Amino acid sequence: MEDAQLKEVLEALIFVSETPLTLDRMKEVLGGVSKRDLQRLLAEMMEEDRKSGRGIHLVEVAEGFQFRTRPEHADWVRRLKKTKSTALSQPSLETLAIIAYRQPVVRMDIERIRGVDSGGVLRNLLEKKLIKIIGKKDVPGKPLVYGTSKKFLEVFGLKDLADLPTLKDLESLGPPSTEGLLPLEEEGQTTGEEKPEEPPPGADEPEERNHEPTAEAPKDPL
Amino acid sequence: MESPLFYREPEQMELPLKVRLETFEGPLDLLLYLIKKNEIDIYDIPISVITQQYLEYLEMMKNLNLDVAGEFLLMAATLLHIKSKMLLPATEEEEGEKEEEDPRAELVRRLLEYQRFKEAAQQLVKGPLLDREVFVRSFFGDSLAEKEREEKVSGEVTLFDLLEAMKKVLEALPEEEFQEISAEHLNIKDKILHIMERLWEGDSMLFSDLYTASTSRREIVVTFLALLELLRLRMIRVYQGETFGTIRIFSPVGPEEGRKTIEERIP
Repeated sequence: MEDAQLKEVLEALIFVSETPLTLDRMKEVLGGVSKRDLQRLLAEMMEEDRKSGRGIHLVEVAEGFQFRTRPEHADWVRRLKKTKSTALSQPSLETLAIIAYRQPVVRMDIERIRGVDSGGVLRNLLEKKLIKIIGKKDVPGKPLVYGTSKKFLEVFGLKDLADLPTLKDLESLGPPSTEGLLPLEEEGQTTGEEKPEEPPPGADEPEERNHEPTAEAPKDPL
Repeated sequence: MESPLFYREPEQMELPLKVRLETFEGPLDLLLYLIKKNEIDIYDIPISVITQQYLEYLEMMKNLNLDVAGEFLLMAATLLHIKSKMLLPATEEEEGEKEEEDPRAELVRRLLEYQRFKEAAQQLVKGPLLDREVFVRSFFGDSLAEKEREEKVSGEVTLFDLLEAMKKVLEALPEEEFQEISAEHLNIKDKILHIMERLWEGDSMLFSDLYTASTSRREIVVTFLALLELLRLRMIRVYQGETFGTIRIFSPVGPEEGRKTIEERIP
């Protein structure tokens, strides 16, 4: 296929995808086209979009590609959609930030930073599918380990986790450790779709707080 | 510590509903709020001032029958502990040894760490968000979308902003009069419906519109609890003009859906 034709096909594929279309998936569908070529074509398409001044443009987001409206036209689109759903509360947003930067993270780590019970907020974030349970920590009590979901990347317009704005001064604390992580069953990553994940029963049971997995400093000096 | 607000009306104020705070802020938020409000240097916190103000807020929350989380009490104890340690003269004998750490150090470290995540959260929410600034073909039902707000620059209020606003309303009440004991039946559900009806009529309302000069102390408190309950149910959103400025209330929920929620969720 010629480049021009490939671009048309890519445009069609991305247009009909419900979630950002990954390179893997494009490769699977198109066969015989290298990722390198795909990346080149997509970059060209994005460049053409930039020049063409159309209302929608191709965006690299959540480990894939998606057509999105331009922020400049937000007011008009909102007028059309009359969206009335709720945004995140401050506590939810902060908890989400903690999870985003500290993942994989257990509830106790979150509560140590926030200094307050976070069960309600975690449930809310799970319901909104912005976070997911990515495993259980291999320590007594096997507390659930949380991480951000693909939808998180989509909502916040991030290419991947490395695309998160740097958290000042936190680099010195070292990269997140995946040690002692028991993976849950494999997730269907190939489709790039977020599976609705039910928080398993007991996700918020207080018992998980009774087990101190590490020799962390006590919550308070008292 | 006695809060002057409730001084005149001690125990008999029986409140109809215990409001749960789990989806609200915690003690660190309160401390950061007080630090900001008093324009305090976080590295040099005047611990007795902050402790006193912290305890006043705690008292206020308890008096409102808010289900104050144990963490708030723990923090109160921590503050008092730090305060007492700071009162002790530095022991001369230990000179030469490692200098004793400032008793506030651990708390400051925690506040800074938390603050960093709060800032990160602000950073995250600034960008063009899906269904707020940018849109895709409708695939998400429960999006993060939000109605356009004049006050979006300033952001949502915290529990403490609301407490502060209510405190002002209470303080502005005329000096003790013989309060008319009306048989009026004040319950939160009626209040909630009343607030929502007013919101559905217009687009938004000011916090101060909720009260008039003749509003009774009890009614003020019930109205306040109604607001908290509505916030918890996510039926209202509350924004503040600039820091510590006018508070405006919106409802993201329409009348039909709203009435249903009230019927289902509020006893």
